[in-house]
Amino acid sequence: MAEYIPEYVGTVTKYVFVESPSMTPGELALRAYEASEGVLIKETCFGLQVTGEPEPVDRLIEVIRAFDPTHIFVKDRGFPPGDPRRCRANLGGARPGYLGHEREFRILRYITRGLEELDRREGDKAEPAPPALETKPKLDIKRLQELIETEES
Amino acid sequence: MAKVFIYPATSLILSDLVARFGHKPLGAALGIRERIQTAGVDSPPLQITPEEPKRGLKYAAVEVPSGVRGRMAIYGPLIEEAEAAIIVTDADLAFGCMGCARTDELILFTLRQSGIPILELKYPSDEEEGIQFVAAVRKFLDGLPKEEGEA
Repeated sequence: MAEYIPEYVGTVTKYVFVESPSMTPGELALRAYEASEGVLIKETCFGLQVTGEPEPVDRLIEVIRAFDPTHIFVKDRGFPPGDPRRCRANLGGARPGYLGHEREFRILRYITRGLEELDRREGDKAEPAPPALETKPKLDIKRLQELIETEES
Repeated sequence: MAKVFIYPATSLILSDLVARFGHKPLGAALGIRERIQTAGVDSPPLQITPEEPKRGLKYAAVEVPSGVRGRMAIYGPLIEEAEAAIIVTDADLAFGCMGCARTDELILFTLRQSGIPILELKYPSDEEEGIQFVAAVRKFLDGLPKEEGEA
């Protein structure tokens, strides 16, 4: 068995997603470089990946969020950027995990709307009602019997 | 700052909202990062070694498939560490092979058994639901202790 020597030990990597009508990932990257303090920044199609020691990364994330607070979203990443086990340059096709991001990316605009609206309503006593969880109706036993009979015949 | 387990554990939206409202999201990335940054035997792609299913025995019985126990070795310690949890119940992006599906069921069961405060939600499908979603998350997180030792 081969020995494994990790890279980027002690660092954290975070994804920064930008879903903004007024800022592109390229612009975000340029502005992020200005405040990077030696943090590694990689521009992607959806935003950035930032890698570095935890404190500088947290400070940079704070600055980046301030550019457009309701349109910039951040999450942790386990792998460093360009890792051959994940990078699509080596694997081909979409990076593992990308499709999940794509799925959530489509509903980010609703979250943005929620954040904007709550900021606007700040101090307003009337909180929006929490969403009601629908319970799926259970399959009727007679219907199940019908389904079984249909399959058998 | 409370530690909040998020489900789906890879969720961008939940991870962002938890951090945005001043708490620490516990997701899959933390468990994976720990393994990726630890020296040992090369076991690509996720550095899941034969040791993980053994560690997973703490969370699942020995007759449970090793795939589930290996995954639980990542999620189990995070669930133990969590002081609260946010679950999205209709997360179709959390699908996967049978190992993933059974692990997801075990994660939800373990969370519900743990007795920590849990918020269950559905992903928003329009703007009004988006407002409700964010409001519910913020209200839930506001109720958690912000400082160490705060009740």
